Order: sequence, then C-alpha cells, then structure tokens
Amino acid sequence: MALFKLTVNNRAFQAEVEGDTPLLWVLRDNLGLVGTKYGCGIAQCGACTVHLDGKAVRSCVLPVSAIGKGKVTTIEGLSEKGDHPVQKAWDEVDVAQCGYCQAGQIMTAAALLKEKPKPTDDEILSTMSGNICRCGTYHRIREAVKTAASKTK
Amino acid sequence: MIMETLENTSRRSFMKLAAAAGGGLFLGFNWTNSSALPVVVNAKQVAAGSVNFNSYLSIGTDNFITIISPNPEIGQGIKTAFPMVVAEELDADWKLVKTVQGNLDPGAFERQVTGGSGAVPHSWDRLRKAGATARYLLVEAAANRWKVPAAECTTNDGKVYHKASGKSLSYGELAEEASRLTAPKEVKLKDEKDFKLIGQSVRNVDNHNIATGKPLFGLDFYREGMLFSIIQRPKAFGMKLKSVDASAAKAMPGIVDVVTFENSVAVVGKSTWQVQKAREALKIEYEKEADLESSSDHNKIFQDLLDNGKAIVRRKNGDVDTAFKNAAKIVKAEYQCPFLPHSPLEPMNFFAHVREDGVELVGPTQTPDRARGEVAKLTGFPPEKVTVEITRQGGGFGRRLAADFVLEAAHVSKLVKAPVKVVWTREDDMTGGTYRPAVRYRFEAALDKDGQMMGYKLRGVGMNAGNATREDNFPAGSVDNLLIDSVDHKSPITTGPWRAPITNFLAYAEQSFLDEVAEAAGKDPVQFRLELLEKAKKAPAGDVKYDVDRMIAVIKLAAEKSNWGKKKGVFQGFSVYFSHRSYVAQVGEVAMEKGKPALKNVIVAVDCGIVINKSGSLQQIRGGVVDGLGHAMYGNMTFKDGVPDQRNFNGFRLIRMNEIPEVDVHFVENGMSPTGLGEPALPPTGGAVANAFYKATKQRLRNQPFMEDAAFKSIS
Repeated sequence: MALFKLTVNNRAFQAEVEGDTPLLWVLRDNLGLVGTKYGCGIAQCGACTVHLDGKAVRSCVLPVSAIGKGKVTTIEGLSEKGDHPVQKAWDEVDVAQCGYCQAGQIMTAAALLKEKPKPTDDEILSTMSGNICRCGTYHRIREAVKTAASKTK
Repeated sequence: MIMETLENTSRRSFMKLAAAAGGGLFLGFNWTNSSALPVVVNAKQVAAGSVNFNSYLSIGTDNFITIISPNPEIGQGIKTAFPMVVAEELDADWKLVKTVQGNLDPGAFERQVTGGSGAVPHSWDRLRKAGATARYLLVEAAANRWKVPAAECTTNDGKVYHKASGKSLSYGELAEEASRLTAPKEVKLKDEKDFKLIGQSVRNVDNHNIATGKPLFGLDFYREGMLFSIIQRPKAFGMKLKSVDASAAKAMPGIVDVVTFENSVAVVGKSTWQVQKAREALKIEYEKEADLESSSDHNKIFQDLLDNGKAIVRRKNGDVDTAFKNAAKIVKAEYQCPFLPHSPLEPMNFFAHVREDGVELVGPTQTPDRARGEVAKLTGFPPEKVTVEITRQGGGFGRRLAADFVLEAAHVSKLVKAPVKVVWTREDDMTGGTYRPAVRYRFEAALDKDGQMMGYKLRGVGMNAGNATREDNFPAGSVDNLLIDSVDHKSPITTGPWRAPITNFLAYAEQSFLDEVAEAAGKDPVQFRLELLEKAKKAPAGDVKYDVDRMIAVIKLAAEKSNWGKKKGVFQGFSVYFSHRSYVAQVGEVAMEKGKPALKNVIVAVDCGIVINKSGSLQQIRGGVVDGLGHAMYGNMTFKDGVPDQRNFNGFRLIRMNEIPEVDVHFVENGMSPTGLGEPALPPTGGAVANAFYKATKQRLRNQPFMEDAAFKSIS
C-alpha cells in the first residue's frame, strides 16, 4: 500500500492503495467518482474513458502509480454544470438508451473535439469505433458528435 | 420534464416528496386491474398503507406533477414513456412532470417486470385513466371556484381556462380543492387525434444525469461500511467444488474473509481491485459432476437429435406425409446458431444486507419480485421482510431476469454478517452462463407444380431451449399440412431468455428459409409471403394467432419505402416477423464494393400501434436492428470440455460504429393501442441481411455467426 496524490477534476485527492490498482477503481472505490464505468477491464469497450492531461485514456488498464503529476478529468469534471458542448449534444440528440457506456463515449468525443474541433466523418468513425454501446445507439452517437462539432468554436 | 429525477425512492419517500410539494392532489390507482378507478387519497392513508393502491399520481401546490414508474428501466425508455401517457390525458406542462422509480411492491404492482416488451400494452389504459381522472378533478375544482359549468372549462399546459371570463388557474393552485372531490366513476379519454404529447419526440428523462455521470446504476451504489465481494464459480459447466485453500488469498491486503457456499468461493474485502486480485490467489479443486461438453459434441448432438430425437409435437395441421409424397418439389435446409452471452455493459452486481430482522437488496434486476422470493427462501425470512430497491440498469437483454447474482449477494452477506456488494468482472459475466441457447433447425417445404407451399415441416433442436420453436408464428396458419416439433437436449451449460427469446434466431432461420422456398417456387419473396398471408386469411389452416392484415400492411410499407425490386445498384433481402405483439418488416440492402458485399441500409416498417415517444421508439428499433445484425454477424460462444472459449470483448466481438448500416424506420399509422418495442425489431434483421447477401452473392448464410460460416468466408 502506498499513498498516491492525484489531481482529479482540478481538485487534490489522495488514496492509499496498491500501486497496480487501475485508476478506474481508485476513482470509483476510493474517490467516489462513479461516473467512470467498468465494462471490460481490458481496454476494449471504452466505458472507463477519462482524460489524462486532456487526452482520452482507458482508466481500467492505467495503474495509479503511472499517473504521477498528470491531471485527470472524469465525466463529473468535464464541465461545471454539465453543459459541455458534447454533453449538451448528447441530450439534444437524445443518445442514451441504458446510458451505461455514455460517459465513456462523451469523454472520447470530447477529447476528439479538443484535438480536432472539426473532425471529418472518417475521423469520427475511427475514433468512436473504439467505444462499445451494447444498446446500439451508434447512429445518434455519430450525430451527436457532429452536432457538438458544429457548435464548437 | 425537469432534469432532476429521483432514483431509488421508496413509497415513503415519495410521500415525503409529495408533502414537500405542499400537499395537493393525490390519486391512487391500480396497476393490477385496468377497470379499477383511480381514487383520491390523502397522504396519511398512503403512508399508513391503509389503501390498496400501487401507484400514485400527485399534483403539488408547487405545480409539479409526480408519477411513480414501477417497471425496471434497462434502456427501453419506460421511465420516459409512462409519464408521457399520463401527462397527455392530464394536459400537463411536460416541463413540470417528474418520474420516480418505484421500488418493489408486489402487493401492488402486478407486473413489475421488464421483459417480453409487455409494459406499455399492460399499462396503457391505466395510465390514461389516471391522467384523465386527475384532469377531471382539476376542472371540477376550477368550475366550482368560478361557479361556471365544468363543460365551459378547457385545459392546456398545466392550467384550467374559462374562455368567456378570461380566467385561468394553474393545476397547483387547484390541487388542494381537487383533493376534496370524489373521483368520477367514468371518465372520458381523449380522442387520439387530439394527442399533443404522445407521438412527439421526448428526450429521455435521465439524459442529464447520464451525461454528467451521476450514480444511477447498481454498480454505482455505495453504502457506508459496505464490503465488496467477487466470486469464483466453477470454470467449466459440469464441474463442482471439491476443495478450497484460501490461505494465500486471505493474507492479501484488504481481504476480510473468504467464504464458500454451494459451488462458489467468495472473496470479501474492502475494494473491487483487492478482491479481484485475491481471487487469483485462491487454490481450488473441482470435480466432475456432469458431462463436460465441447462445441464439437454439440454439433454431433444436433445431428443425432434432428434425425433420431424424441420430438414433442408443437403444432400439427393436415397431413404432412401425404403432402410431401405428392410434392412436385421439396426444399430442405438446416440453420444453426451458437450460445450467446447477453453482455449488458454493466456486468451483474447486487447489494445485499442480511440483517437480524430482514434483508435489504439494492441493484439492477428485471424481476425484483423473483429476487425477493428467492432471497426470502434462502434466508428464511417472510417475503415482506425483504425489500428490493431497483436501480437504473446498464442493459439487461434478459440476463437480469435471473436472480442468481442476487442470491449470491444474499449468501455472502449472510455468511459475513455485513452489507456486501457482489461484483462480476466481464469474464465472470461472459463465462457465467444463462446464455441464449444454441439451436439447430431443420426446415422442409413441399411445393406443388404451381409453386404453392402445400406442406411445411420444422424441427428445432435446442440446448436447454425448452420449446425451440414458436409454432403459431407465421407461416403457421397459411399452410394446410404442417408439422412443427422440437427436441431439447439437457446440457450442463446454463441458458436463459435472451432479448426476443427463441425468435432472436428462429425469425432469421425461418425468413431465410422462406426465401429459399420462394426461389424454388420461382416467386418474388415479397409476393410469396403475401400469397401465404392471403391464404391464411381466406382459408386458414388451423388457428391464426397473428393479425394477417397488420402483417400484410408492414410488408407493403417496407416494400414501398425500399422501392422493393426496383432499386438500382443494391441487392435487397426481405424479412417480416410478428413477435411480442408488434409487426416488423425489414429490407436489407447490400452493395458490391470491390467484389465484396457490403451491407448499406436496412429499411424497417413497424406496426406497434400508437407510437408514444417517437425518439425513444426510433432508438429501440435502430438499436434492435444493430443488436440483431451484430450478433448474427459476429456473436459466437464456444466451449471446450465445458469451459467457455470466449471470456471478454477481445474474444467475443460486439458490433461497433464502423460496422453499422443506415437504418431507415417507418411506422404504420393505424391508431391501435400501443405495443412494446424492446424486442420486436431484432428478430427480422438476420433474415433481411442474409437474404440480401444471397441476392448479391448467391451464397446462402445458414449458420450464425455469419463471420464463421464457410459461405460467408467465400464471399468476404
């Protein structure tokens, strides 16, 4: 067990855990930030996607010891009032069915738009195809990313 | 609809909520009996349990309208659709309507289950009556206050208006007065042409909570002092527990205990990761208690039982032997599908606290009543001492109809005497059984010299499938000489209902086979089906348990919208199915790209009666098509000596965004009572797709997953 100091959503946290504990479980079990979801544990489904220094990463395979001074952003910290353009687009397009994968989808889309504010259709497809939606909301995920891109300056 | 919705609210807290709204009007109504009237009740009566109503509609003096939605929400959108129906009849302002997820209350809710696409047809009349009764009372209250005839009053957007005097009052302002009136015995429902909200696109009531990561799901539930548990189950179906050495696991950090029950070894500790790691340190020996089956054994069993199995006759019309003897042409084909895990993205999990005086259960279940009953039996408490709080659920697909994971939580909590949440990893979820059963079908059709289908035989062999057929579905009723039977193999591999049970595969097999028969008869696939249906209408063979006209209507709509048979540059395949009370026809469109077939589009025609929520309905239909396609294409679960070969999403392939076609949806508008949509769009998809592939390549896909079918490999 070791004490890890983390910056999550611009706040300082500390957690006493084993160094190999995936960030996902530190967020969920230690910090109570359960918006980040467990889906597969092997970086296949993307439900656990968070931002590390602004880039989308799979928190289920990222040991807490590897984070160092990196800044972590989770769905809870993507925006203060839940009004990030991607979050708003997700509501406007009415994407969710069960909703379980959507935090990961939103975090993946938000990182994409940060890097490429006007992504091509192919860029949306190749990025978002890394995330599984078991309910099959893919048509609307695609539409919502485009909606968010059209409103991003 | 306001964004804030209240999860996990018990009846008592519903009362608190209503009280906080400042009293107002309470209507109790009954889900059990659609003819029972909603009745005005007061908060005290409800809290004391002295009135036997199981759902409540409240209108607060603050104008907020609250309704309890009893059915578990697994992504089918019931939590949005139910209040829409009430709000429609009530002429409520949708922005002021709140939905509360009801907890298990079996004395009350008759059908607190999510399964069978049944919630909407079950509750449609009850919801309308509740809304209309509330509206009636509010109008009466306004008319009394203004001393005008109620007939002169109108309602809109949460207010009562009196046009002649220019007066208006909000529902909140009238709620107290309305609560002193008696509910009418008869209440007039709206004419469907006057619907304002029903049929519109209304966004999911939980959108904001979902997009901001609020703790909605079972896996998100946390209770102070709660322990986590992960369970080692036998790695092979057919094995049982022999011995456990947990000493190494117990010595690992954060581990509180390791307990054993039945064939399970549960590691209990302080965090998910700690129990997950400690489980790897368990030393467990198993011994054989049944056959350790491999997929190769299943293939032999299928053939053997198709040829020699003792079949149970499910439906028999006319004389098939004579029909086949006299046939000008006989068509035969066999179709096979594998076992499938459900793979809801939220794996199985449940919270249980077995106390001295009762049991508290919290989590995602499609059948809270079954969970309660089985836990009551296990713990020896009477059922009323077991409470079940229903969380939002990260998909279900039928997996959460079982209660195995709930029982596990109760077992562990009982043994360690502490609140426990049992968590399954993806590997646990995928290898833990309760699969869609593997099935093989043998179809035979006898055609006369004019290409009329005079005989039809179907034998289904399933692995723990029970009845692997649905004997009354089309084409039954349209063929004079018909024999449908089934054989079941008892396998140690556990099975259970999987979204659109049986029909999720049967529909594809049958619709693909009918395509083969149509071709042998030299007929257009659409025309062939229409002729059969005409026959079912004019000279039915035995009972016809589907509505022939509704089926014809969706076929015609799909043909029209897809420009069937006339579209250039694509190869079209047709499929139609009636299941779970709804009628769905689909046209798959395949284009040849660089010599290879590519699925471009699926055109869907749906008759689900009145569409309640357009947006939610489109989601269910598109999602059903994507699910049907994905599993037909890639879904494969195989076994070696009882051990599943696929353990996670790297071995078991789920469809992704770059693999979906466009899905173009059209509704039949017939004003009939609504039916459910959680399942019906899925069954026809495999057939529409396989038939389109056939048109494009002349290769018939008879085995799922298509990816593994030799015919598919030859064209892709």
